[in-house]
Amino acid sequence: MIRVANLYKSFHSQIVLNGVNIEFATGKITTIVGTSGCGKTVLLKHLNALLLPDKGEVFVDSVDITKLGQKDLYQIRSKFGVLFQGAALLDSMTVFDNVAFPLREKTRASESAINKKVPERLEQVGLGAMGHKFPAELSGGMKKRAGLARALIMDPEIVLFDEPTTGLDPVLATSIHQLIARTHADFGFTGIVVSHTIPQVFDISDYVAMLANGVVEEVTPPEIFRASQNPIVQQFIQGKTEGPIQVL
Amino acid sequence: MVSLLGRIGRVALDQIAGMGRLLLFLVAAVFQAFRPPAKIHLIIYHIKTIGVDSLSVVVLSGFFTGMVMGFQGYYSLRKFNAESWLGSATALGLLRELGPVLSAFMVTGRTGSAMAAELGTMRATEQIDALYSMAINPIKYLVSPRIIASLIAMPLLTAIFNVIGIFGAYVVGVGILGVSSGSFFSGMENSVVFHDVYSGVVKSVCFGLIITWICCYKGFNAPPMATGVSQATTESVVLSFVLILVWDYFLTSIML
Repeated sequence: MIRVANLYKSFHSQIVLNGVNIEFATGKITTIVGTSGCGKTVLLKHLNALLLPDKGEVFVDSVDITKLGQKDLYQIRSKFGVLFQGAALLDSMTVFDNVAFPLREKTRASESAINKKVPERLEQVGLGAMGHKFPAELSGGMKKRAGLARALIMDPEIVLFDEPTTGLDPVLATSIHQLIARTHADFGFTGIVVSHTIPQVFDISDYVAMLANGVVEEVTPPEIFRASQNPIVQQFIQGKTEGPIQVL
Repeated sequence: MVSLLGRIGRVALDQIAGMGRLLLFLVAAVFQAFRPPAKIHLIIYHIKTIGVDSLSVVVLSGFFTGMVMGFQGYYSLRKFNAESWLGSATALGLLRELGPVLSAFMVTGRTGSAMAAELGTMRATEQIDALYSMAINPIKYLVSPRIIASLIAMPLLTAIFNVIGIFGAYVVGVGILGVSSGSFFSGMENSVVFHDVYSGVVKSVCFGLIITWICCYKGFNAPPMATGVSQATTESVVLSFVLILVWDYFLTSIML
């Protein structure tokens, strides 16, 4: 279970997170929504300590990861898989080597075991024949799929998705959403998705959290979220420029 | 007045903190270099990118540097009727000073800038964050192998620069200006001692460390945007050049 308590983060004079409190249910998919630049990615990067807060705690399985040393932090990070916004594939390697990379670096798996497991994962994300290609030769959607295969290769307990459909057309976006839902069903990980692709992202979410003005306004199942009377939630869902959300 | 002092103080503190981060980066890279498992395949790969890929530019610059030294040395020595010392003067100048410094400049321009740009791009495209999130230490994976590779490649490149430079001076001195081949080599043999070669090797090892340290640090910490990468590349080259010259002064004064 992941719990965020009173999280504050500023960059110079700009306050991004202003006392965030949220719990992410184990084995469920929680989607964090909010306007561009509201701090969704910043919050996500605190969950595996890629960023450290100015104040506040992040508990992963009851361990406050903001206080951990490097060695313990690497152990905690082994529980996570991350799909970055741009996929963050290592561009000097082929897709196969990218997916195999955590196995080669973090386990003693033999090459024969790697040669069995990696194609399986690539097949699961629909990239069975793309292993030999370099990231520069892939489309945006393919990169996301390869990034997802890499995020899942170590069978992580928690998977973080940073805007997995940004920059994709609606058809590809839906296919990525379906892929997330299918892999979640297969692997049973705790999924945390950062997105502003509404309402499509509601279809794969067990819970939706609204981040606005530096705090989490509401965490509810999607159907309750849609019907919320919170003016911030309604302004966001309806895409209005006037309302409590400050539009920069 | 108080605000001006405050501003000066803040700038000074920022500079000191920056130097501290730079030093800690080196300490972390050296520490990770000694921690198993050794990344042998990465070290070999970077020896190729730093060493083999820089060979053509080092050979070319070494040859022309030697030829210029041949002309300039001949011009100066002729005033004292000492043209026969051309081989000696060229060899000492190259082995002790120009070889290590100029080959370090060549490697900085060719490979150091590429290192900074590559790591800066990796930072901007979240590849370094991806390594962290996979519980892989990016300093061990990206920086330490480059440092070890440069410590191996730089002395070899410098040695090649020296040999080619002496050959260039020979071509000009003996082939064009008519210095006797025997006196060119006998003068060199009589005046060059092991300490001259040794000091050049020590310098080249130090310069190799400076280049990879500075260029990796600048790239690794580049602001995640296009201008950030270009700024990091420029800063890494300029700072490497300056530190090479400063460190060269100290090493020369110690090992004279």
